[in-house]
Amino acid sequence: MKMPLPDAALIARKGQIVRALKRLVRGEGVVGDPAGLVPFESDGLSAYRQTPIAVVLPETTAQVAAVLAWCQANGVKVVPRGAGTSLSGGALPLQDGIVLGMAKFNRILEVDYGNRCAVVQPGVTNLAITGAVEADGFYYAPDPSSQIACTIGGNVAENSGGVHCLKYGLTTNNLLGCEIVLMSGEVVRLGGKGFDAAGYDLMGVVTGSEGLLGVVTEVTVRLLTKPQTARAMLLGFASVEAAGATVADIIGAGIIPAGMEMMDRPAIVAAEAFVGAGYPTQAEALLIVELDGPEAECAELSDHVADLAKTRGATTIRASQSEAERLAFWAGRKAAFPAVGRISPDYYCMDGTIPRRELPHVLSTITQMGLEYGLGVANVFHAGDGNLHPLILYDADKPGQLEAAEAFGADILKLCVAVGGVLTGEHGVGVEKRDLMGEMFSDVDLACQQRVKCAFDPDLLLNPGKVFPRLHRCAELGRVHVHRGATAFPELPRF
Amino acid sequence: MLDVAAPMEKPKTAGEVAQIVADAGSAGRKLEIVGGGTKRGIGAVRGADAVLSLVSLAKVIDYAPEELVLTAQPGVKLAALEKLVAAQGQMLPFEPPHLAKLLGAGGQPTLGGALAANLSGPRRIRTGAARDHFLGLQAVTGRGELVRAGGRVVKNVTGYDLSKLIAGSWGTLAVLTEVTIKVLPAPRTEVTLLMFGLDDRRAGEAMTAALRAPAEVSGTAHLPAATASRPPLGGEMAVTAIRLEGFEASVAARGDGLVTLLGRFGRVELLDAGHSREFWAHIREVEALQGGAGRLWRISVPPADGWRVGEQLGGEALYDWGGGLVWLQSEADPAQVRGVVRALGGHATLYRGEGPAFEPLSGPLATLTARVKAAFDPLGVLNPGRLGQG
Repeated sequence: MKMPLPDAALIARKGQIVRALKRLVRGEGVVGDPAGLVPFESDGLSAYRQTPIAVVLPETTAQVAAVLAWCQANGVKVVPRGAGTSLSGGALPLQDGIVLGMAKFNRILEVDYGNRCAVVQPGVTNLAITGAVEADGFYYAPDPSSQIACTIGGNVAENSGGVHCLKYGLTTNNLLGCEIVLMSGEVVRLGGKGFDAAGYDLMGVVTGSEGLLGVVTEVTVRLLTKPQTARAMLLGFASVEAAGATVADIIGAGIIPAGMEMMDRPAIVAAEAFVGAGYPTQAEALLIVELDGPEAECAELSDHVADLAKTRGATTIRASQSEAERLAFWAGRKAAFPAVGRISPDYYCMDGTIPRRELPHVLSTITQMGLEYGLGVANVFHAGDGNLHPLILYDADKPGQLEAAEAFGADILKLCVAVGGVLTGEHGVGVEKRDLMGEMFSDVDLACQQRVKCAFDPDLLLNPGKVFPRLHRCAELGRVHVHRGATAFPELPRF
Repeated sequence: MLDVAAPMEKPKTAGEVAQIVADAGSAGRKLEIVGGGTKRGIGAVRGADAVLSLVSLAKVIDYAPEELVLTAQPGVKLAALEKLVAAQGQMLPFEPPHLAKLLGAGGQPTLGGALAANLSGPRRIRTGAARDHFLGLQAVTGRGELVRAGGRVVKNVTGYDLSKLIAGSWGTLAVLTEVTIKVLPAPRTEVTLLMFGLDDRRAGEAMTAALRAPAEVSGTAHLPAATASRPPLGGEMAVTAIRLEGFEASVAARGDGLVTLLGRFGRVELLDAGHSREFWAHIREVEALQGGAGRLWRISVPPADGWRVGEQLGGEALYDWGGGLVWLQSEADPAQVRGVVRALGGHATLYRGEGPAFEPLSGPLATLTARVKAAFDPLGVLNPGRLGQG
């Protein structure tokens, strides 16, 4: 993956930049020494590393504003960073830019049960929000698998999902408000505690913008009441088709489970070997279906789901009889990535979404591609919403395997788009899928998106090199020529 | 307002829409964008040279019930769409209000209009707003360019989420030519708990208590006595209502729990499924305030403070969204209304009566908003003046 060519003149100004930043953020808030920068060289997409000029760790919105305004005035690029768990390189540093780490914004500012929301700083971890309110019967719904580490600011930037988002939505569906700082240093509040806000839904477009539009300095999230009970079911099938048909039947019966996960045989076997969750290792596909709500609802619906699975010839049908058993059912799925990590030196996680009806075709094509590339693949799948996570198995120490894994991954994502799906369901485009954007969007589509970027950050200094395959200067994109009587905008750039 | 003499264009394809918008841009003309035209009275479009109507773009393109997605052209009528999904046991989750009667409009609202105005009914508090179910689009920007954003699957973070930006932009950024929305299974049954005679503050407390319980409440409304005395309820006392939806056993269990919990607010009566559906249609359409003469405001505030709107401004109120949405018919001075609502952390939109409709913006948010508008529509072709910002 190519990053924009670093500006050697900027890198040469490192001493001056660090000194200036230290005047804006006193104390230990500026890291410039090579050893101190090492932990920031990479994020969850660990195949890529770059050393930034410096890392700034501000503690107040005023400091964020001062740093951004200074960087804008001095042409210094900025990469915002939460916990650095992005799987798509969203927080990958630039060699000629600084990293703005938001880890010190770690306070929960207010919990407001009357309005069922919490006001938190962006460096608070996803799980800590639930931790602060669960004793009172509330929780924050989106639950990305990295929730113990990932921050809510990063969740806003990436519009993070999780296993429960079929029923409870992504981050964007669980936000009420946020405060952002623009690259100019201007502070803008979007939304609040009400259900909608005046003007355009700028919060909606900031959410999932991957740190390209503004730096989030405060977030107001919705809190939900915890379901009274939850029950998980393990359903094993002799074919992917039967499992997929069961998923369609469940939704067709009007049931939206809290979670509905699928694993294929390689994933089942790896997970079972790792945690011993009691998964049927002979099954070709395993469904975990979680139902939540009052006990009466869980009982009724689990019987219904069992009947549907039986009709489709399920070889295993088990419903959790206790909270411990429910967690055990999930343990294998939640450990699927590290479990695959034990059977392969390296793995590469993809994130396309497909219409569910395409599942059998897509999985068999992926298997075929794996044979052609000579690489194994294990599939875990948010079955309810069609979000596929093929884990490509490779060995980075073997020459050519990383490149083969990346090419294989790109082919999988192209396949997802070809069947009517998308490149990324929840991990983001980042640098990883940047060059595939053309598979889904025309140049005109991308120019339209980039004009939004220009409205927020006209100098393109905030997280450049991510999301967009090419960065066009805003002046070029903004051009409008009108000629009397001529055809429409003949001079508009068409890329 | 509408210039009755303005010519109307009814393109049949997205390409024709793009041509009309591009031609208008080249010629320096402005367009008013309409679907069914029912919400035309909200926010005055000033100086449009022509009307671009989407009524001829009214096809359902793809509906896959098992995938929970539906793709349609924007001019499809809401009523027709609701019928289509109901036949598959599904619903539009955001329960869009039609509001034609409230606004005294003759036409029929369209899907595109509901999305462009981000209008959501009582279920907003549980299932989300129109914008939350708006998955993808094809639209023509003010530059005359046909663009796509989002996707046709329920989970997608590829590129900027322009659907959110277009939702609630009232046709000022782009003309929708195709939309994909998420649909959900319709609840098997529903029940409504009614309480009577509560003052606004006490009703707010009752609604909050219900929303804080693990009861998955999908509607909470309050009609003060004056509002409840109007048709269609024509009652003598204030009415406070809590809706539960879902599978029979679940609704019964949650209902039992809530009846006990709400006992401290007085007697609780139950409305069966049929009457419950009728009741929430009244709430969704704000029927009690239909046909009124004074200014009618749609006010969005933090829900727990909803009752303060009526307390501070007087008039006749209807509270939805647990207090977060207040429909207020009031003779109070518009500046006072906006001041009170802003102090509560909300915003007010004038749905009926003279004056600017939308909340004016200020500071960096106003300049950022202007830049976003310019990014989509640099020549100001689309719905000039509608949001009051030129």
